[in-house]
Amino acid sequence: MKKQSGIKLRNQIIIGIVALIVWIALYLNLSLISKFITYSLLPLEEGAHFGASLEFFFFDVPKVFMLLTLIVFFVGIIRSFFTPERTRKILAGKNESVGNVLAALLGIVTPFCSCSAVPLFIGFVSAGVPLGVTFSFLISAPMVNEIALVLLYGMFGFKVAAIYLSTGLFIAIISGWIIGRLKMETYIEDWVKDTRAPMLSDATTPEAWSERIEYGVSAVKEIVGKVWVYVILGIAVGAGIHGYVPEDFMASIMGREAWWSVPIAVLIGVPLYSNAAGIIPIVHALLEKGAALGTVLAFMMAVIGLSLPETIILRKVLKPRLIAVFIGVVAFGILTVGYLFNGIL
Amino acid sequence: MKIEILGTGCPKCKKLYENTLSAIKMTGISADVEKIEDIAKIMSAGVMSTPAIVVDGVVKSSGKLLSPEDIATLIKG
Repeated sequence: MKKQSGIKLRNQIIIGIVALIVWIALYLNLSLISKFITYSLLPLEEGAHFGASLEFFFFDVPKVFMLLTLIVFFVGIIRSFFTPERTRKILAGKNESVGNVLAALLGIVTPFCSCSAVPLFIGFVSAGVPLGVTFSFLISAPMVNEIALVLLYGMFGFKVAAIYLSTGLFIAIISGWIIGRLKMETYIEDWVKDTRAPMLSDATTPEAWSERIEYGVSAVKEIVGKVWVYVILGIAVGAGIHGYVPEDFMASIMGREAWWSVPIAVLIGVPLYSNAAGIIPIVHALLEKGAALGTVLAFMMAVIGLSLPETIILRKVLKPRLIAVFIGVVAFGILTVGYLFNGIL
Repeated sequence: MKIEILGTGCPKCKKLYENTLSAIKMTGISADVEKIEDIAKIMSAGVMSTPAIVVDGVVKSSGKLLSPEDIATLIKG
């Protein structure tokens, strides 16, 4: 058995290296490929609106999908070390401030789907994880999204990615801390308190490295299979903005001087539900047309961090007042980030 | 054998239920499969990430969509 998995791992590594070389070669030549498709294969003139849109589309689609595949694979491997059960064990019994920081950090790497927000919430709270710490986790898990992080890095470089990571963590830590200070434990639905959730010993995680690699591959299949529609749509919208919206048009409505653009970006962003991977191409196009970084960041965080479906799911366990505080505190945090970056950058 | 699929009704949970049915067909083992969507019941099994699969009262896997083949080895073992 052991020898077999050794051979399996060796084959996986060989396939992986070959795939990585092909990946790098393609990635470095994407700009050429997109120009070739747009202007040589298709009868389009360089400089026209439609051509510019199409070139953006043919450049961004493979770029985003290639980055996505690579990230999801490696994140999948990292995640094979974490489970919600393990995270709960780490967080249970931690005092508040340290707990908030840890919870926000673990929110990035713990596999989480908004459809299990309810069992996760109950599991955390009933195991003695403080309410505010639980919220730090619940805020960070969707908002600080590893896919968004690496795509931002790939498209705008280190600075934007670092700003996103640190402000997202900051909002999750502070919002959770505030909710903890407000002592809102009584605003959890009563039936939750009566639910007794036994602490399970750790559930299934892969052990061998070949299994972790398989976990990574299945994560790629699952996530790319789920988000590709959002990505294509996002890139199509981005391509439209790129080709048709005049240069610096966004500067007047989403620029730094337009103070009202930050709250409006958040208001528009909350009901919009998109995947992190789908929102980045729109971010790309908006920034390119002169929108201010703070405004765009606020918009992006509102879309992926405060989603209506998740709020509706959480309503099952939280009374309206706590839901309102949760949305209010996070929205306030996002606004602050928006203004902060419009002010200093 | 009694198999329970725990999930709040998300697409993954439904798929796991279907996969379990085909795993049973594959192995020819006779088993009762039940879908459990009540959150209180899910919690009392100690499950935090759905979907989960419980065989004869023991949580075998949680937070993961298993393939019919995975489930087959799981119920045979």
